[in-house]
Amino acid sequence: MPTLPAKPDISGRVLVQFEDVLKRFGDSAAVEGVSLSIQDGEFFALLGPSGCGKTTLLRLLAGLETAHGGRVLLDGQDLAPIPPYRRPVNMMFQSYALFPHLSVYNNVAFGLRQDGLRRAEIEQRVVEMLKLVRLEGFERRKPDQLSGGERQRVALARSLVKRPRVLLLDEPLAALDRKLRGETQFELKKLQQRLGLTFIIVTHDQEEAMTVADRMGVMNRGRLIQVGTPAEIYEQPNSRWVAGFIGDVNLIEGRVIVLERQNILIESGICGRLHANSSVECNPGDTVWGALRPEKVRISSEKPGSAQENCATGQVIEVGYLGGVSIYKVRLAEGLVMKTSLTNVARTLERAIGRGDRVWLTWSPEALGVLTR
Amino acid sequence: MKRRPLPPRPLIVRLVVIVPYVWFVFFFLVPFLIVLKISLAHTAIAQPPYVPVLDPSSGWSGLRAYLAALSLENYALVVSDPIYLASYLKSLVVAGISTVLVLLIGYPLAYGMARTPRAWQPILFTLVLLPFWTSFLIRIYAWVNILQRDGLLNQVLLALHIVDEPPGWLASDTAIFIGMVYSYLPFMVLPIYANLEKMDVTLVEAAVDLGCPWWKAFWLVTFPLSFPGVVAGALLCFIPMVGEFVVPDLLGGSESLMIGQTLWTEFFLNKDWPVASAIAFLLLVLLLTPILVYQRLQMRAAASA
Repeated sequence: MPTLPAKPDISGRVLVQFEDVLKRFGDSAAVEGVSLSIQDGEFFALLGPSGCGKTTLLRLLAGLETAHGGRVLLDGQDLAPIPPYRRPVNMMFQSYALFPHLSVYNNVAFGLRQDGLRRAEIEQRVVEMLKLVRLEGFERRKPDQLSGGERQRVALARSLVKRPRVLLLDEPLAALDRKLRGETQFELKKLQQRLGLTFIIVTHDQEEAMTVADRMGVMNRGRLIQVGTPAEIYEQPNSRWVAGFIGDVNLIEGRVIVLERQNILIESGICGRLHANSSVECNPGDTVWGALRPEKVRISSEKPGSAQENCATGQVIEVGYLGGVSIYKVRLAEGLVMKTSLTNVARTLERAIGRGDRVWLTWSPEALGVLTR
Repeated sequence: MKRRPLPPRPLIVRLVVIVPYVWFVFFFLVPFLIVLKISLAHTAIAQPPYVPVLDPSSGWSGLRAYLAALSLENYALVVSDPIYLASYLKSLVVAGISTVLVLLIGYPLAYGMARTPRAWQPILFTLVLLPFWTSFLIRIYAWVNILQRDGLLNQVLLALHIVDEPPGWLASDTAIFIGMVYSYLPFMVLPIYANLEKMDVTLVEAAVDLGCPWWKAFWLVTFPLSFPGVVAGALLCFIPMVGEFVVPDLLGGSESLMIGQTLWTEFFLNKDWPVASAIAFLLLVLLLTPILVYQRLQMRAAASA
């Protein structure tokens, strides 16, 4: 079994709980049978394709939607009778939803004014928060006089200034350009660790989720498919869908023929017999899928000597040069196309392997995951 | 920042830009100047019924004599006679109260329309516009019918035992208010609807999320953002209401007249074109002032932002 990084250092106390939550829009269920616990101080990401129900789950916690079944709890308390404006939870909206008629200062102060705080305290906290997001000197600007990145920071400041128990971020970086998004992801992570708050982020960008989150939940069609650390999700996906949604994967269908503790021998037809090392529950005779990440396959133009490894041979049909890595698509004997990637370690302009070359692919039993569904 | 010079615009674009100005000159400025000129003349039993009349064939001396004959005495009359002042005041009060009533009814209507599922909105929109398919005059005559002593309103009130004796509705300020509110409601609803319809509802959700109950979020977010629509609606109602003639003439009483009726009387009954013109000119100044002040404030707000 591959070694995984230790779980991040969080309190271990459950803060947010979804219990068998159901939410319908018309006839179709937007969220169905979702149960999930999020710990105090955790940075949790909800990941899934658009329309999978992740934003609805966030809005249920904020109180902007009402569940048709199940419960949402905060600190063990059922949130159902608490209106959204009394929940100690704040949301950063995807569109930012900054009040266009109010200045940056008044946007950030809005939430504090609702709590009836003294003027001096409001001012002190707004100034402090604007400093935290590096927006000093922008107090009197209106939202339409800000850049996209500045607006994003105002929205963040506005949702953080009330010191919520949980900060909800709905696609907070979707409107930023790629470079700014990358930088902001790390800033968000640093901010969360510094404040020690619980963050729940909704995103469709798997890199973003894996960068910022301690744990993540993958959703599809209203259901929560898998919950785990980014490494658990990537290295041990529980289904073909998750394996395909998070990163690239080669799937090889086969049948279990020998099962000996964690050593599984699969008859695949296409690639012959495959050795896998997995703790997945299966029985001899079961149909399973070998899941192989492209970067875990070695590609070589020479026939390997060792018989310990899994091996397949084929012809390179496509080469994609991405700078840091190159992607090779290799067609095996029976038509299956395998994707492999190779880090470009040398500064040569020519690749050792090109289109049309005959190559051998090898991978260890540890690299091959086994999926039963 | 240095601004690049604009590329020369093609002729057709310039012509299109000119069209509104041409319209303005021929259908507003020229008639306005004629009215202004008449307001400075004296009434006379003649054709046209005022002197002096400019005769282009009389040359320079004729023009000088013409200008010397003009005077401000009609304005002095209108400003000093309490009948006219009372008429102006009544118009402003009726229009002001009616505008407030129309706003109180029209805003919730527009709000409801804008928050209705999108598929239903065109139907509601059509329903608001539907009255325009019938002539304005006919609709006001219909109200005469509804409000008369044995009219529809009293029949309903009697049938429901809300009143025992049929009250008289016509020839009262109440009837004027009913007519005004009915006639001008679409002019208030449409600009406010247009404004609310394009507003992002997540703004209200954001306010609620930040600790604001729904009703308060309306006052802090929705209403301020729809304010330009409210101002547009109020101006669209208030200005024509001040000069309204048909509604007070058909539904109102005869004890006090609105300025439109007074003007009509001067023009058609007394045949005093100069005084009627002076009344019209002063009315225009009266209405233009608040609009200009509002625009000034708007421009200052835009400049300071």
